[in-house]
Amino acid sequence: MEPKVKIKLQKGFSHVGLIIASAFFIVPFIWMVSTSLKPLTQVFSFPPEWIPKPFQWSNYLDAMEYIPFFTYLDNTMVITLLSTFGVVLSCPLVAYSFAKLEWKGRNVLFFITIAVMMIPGQVTMIPLFLIFNKIGWVGTNLPLIVPSFFGVPFYIFLLRQFFLGLPDTLRDAAKIDGASEFRIYWQIMLPLAKPAVLAVGLFQFMASWTDFIGPLLYLTDETQYTLSLGLQQFQTQMGTEWGLMMAVSTMMTVPIIILFFFLQKTFIKGIKFSGIK
Amino acid sequence: MAEVTKGTRVQQPVIVKRKMLSTKSNLHGWLFASPWIIGLLVFFAFPLIASIYFSFTSYSILQPGEFVGSKNYQDLFKDDLFWTSIYNTIYFTIIFVPLGIIFGVSLAMLLNMKIKGMGIYRTIFFLPTLVPHVALAVLWMWLLNPGFGLVNGLLDVVGLQGPNWLGSEAWSKPSLILMSLWGIGQSVIIYLAGLNDIPEEFYEAAEVDGANWWQKTRHVTLPLLTPVIFFNLVMGAIGAFQQFTLPYTMTQGQGTPANSLTFYVMHLYDNAFKFFRMGYASAMAWILFIIIMSLTALIFMTSNRWVHYQGK
Repeated sequence: MEPKVKIKLQKGFSHVGLIIASAFFIVPFIWMVSTSLKPLTQVFSFPPEWIPKPFQWSNYLDAMEYIPFFTYLDNTMVITLLSTFGVVLSCPLVAYSFAKLEWKGRNVLFFITIAVMMIPGQVTMIPLFLIFNKIGWVGTNLPLIVPSFFGVPFYIFLLRQFFLGLPDTLRDAAKIDGASEFRIYWQIMLPLAKPAVLAVGLFQFMASWTDFIGPLLYLTDETQYTLSLGLQQFQTQMGTEWGLMMAVSTMMTVPIIILFFFLQKTFIKGIKFSGIK
Repeated sequence: MAEVTKGTRVQQPVIVKRKMLSTKSNLHGWLFASPWIIGLLVFFAFPLIASIYFSFTSYSILQPGEFVGSKNYQDLFKDDLFWTSIYNTIYFTIIFVPLGIIFGVSLAMLLNMKIKGMGIYRTIFFLPTLVPHVALAVLWMWLLNPGFGLVNGLLDVVGLQGPNWLGSEAWSKPSLILMSLWGIGQSVIIYLAGLNDIPEEFYEAAEVDGANWWQKTRHVTLPLLTPVIFFNLVMGAIGAFQQFTLPYTMTQGQGTPANSLTFYVMHLYDNAFKFFRMGYASAMAWILFIIIMSLTALIFMTSNRWVHYQGK
């Protein structure tokens, strides 16, 4: 009987600990949504009230008017989708050559790839800006899209680890059947690596969607702003419109949360994979 | 991390064929890797070399600039704001990274119990990592608003008067640490994966020896979790040194109050893109690189004293 009581007690304590910790993580969310629906007078009530009275749905409409929300959404989508596409196209190809093909200089190049991962982005930031400035790309979204078509070292590394874990037998069989190297990659190996490719795509999607310093550097015209940059500008100009700002923040976060619920497993697996291997 | 070098060699199907295939497979290899070879040269190698060169010049986008030797580096050491930014960055790193590890490991251990509703708890802990950083900054500015914010409202309920948070020189960095802890879910997942990898037999053996909960944690869980802690320590320290978006958004790039939120990369950004002192900023970037490399090397050097790999 005694151990059972002990286990129950332990579980009780865990629940209490979990609930307290959960509060820390969930309450800011609830507060964000709650504020986004409050009329301005209620926003500035003290002590704070939880339930909006009345529910001011027009905050969302107002927010979309104050900042050209759909323009920013469009801009963000274009950058996010194209750069994700670029990563998904280039990184597995390179990773595959590191993992499964045998060629001169491969190990050296892989070593350099790992070394490059250690370089903080700030070191290359200034010369890159100058290059893009020279070819007239500053003020366009190209600097935020084009580099992803040429590979990202961290993703290449992750995908290489994944390809290494795939057996060679299928590859060898296809080779005997006379399939070309590219066909083997495209029709056999790439489909097998789908979970890892999906994870990498997700990482890039998130990185691109939430990126701030990139758009801050390269997007000069307000019509090109992304949501992150737009919200930051809005905050600078209208620092006290908390209801509207919370509405924008909510609208910015919801797409990612939806994505997360659809691809939860991939998300978690990807993070685990990046941490353990 | 330990398995990086393992299995790099690819099996050769038939040894005799090796010579015949080699030109062709060389060609394929280079062809497949070609996007990255170009990317490496254009987006990494060239900027890297250019950056070293710039750091010794007075280059700015407005004028070509000239070679000035180590003047940028010397000037930096006389730049008060440079030292302030280093102080702020180290302050944040030294407090946030260890706190993040303690908090993260504790959470992961709680989340690793076999109790009902765990899926919901796990989702809750992960949700904040999905919030874009600019939105996170704006949300916490509102939560920590001294007059109408929720945090001071809750403190008021228990009879405490909350501080001025982001408006106070003493509390601005603790505020940033608090909101950074809110987004810790990603590392919690990595700790959880590490906990899953600890074989059940170890706990059973410890129980046979009569170990209590604390002894099991101290002598089984924590030692076997050290590789994952090590990974998060390195990544956390590197990330902390590159802090930018949160303080920039919250202070409109000003680092207020009294430069207490001027972080290293913010100062670098200002020099490069506000004052167009690109040579100077390049020197800053290289100092940052050196600091990050030394810090990583230091952590690696101490690692064989406290990191235990299973089966070794």
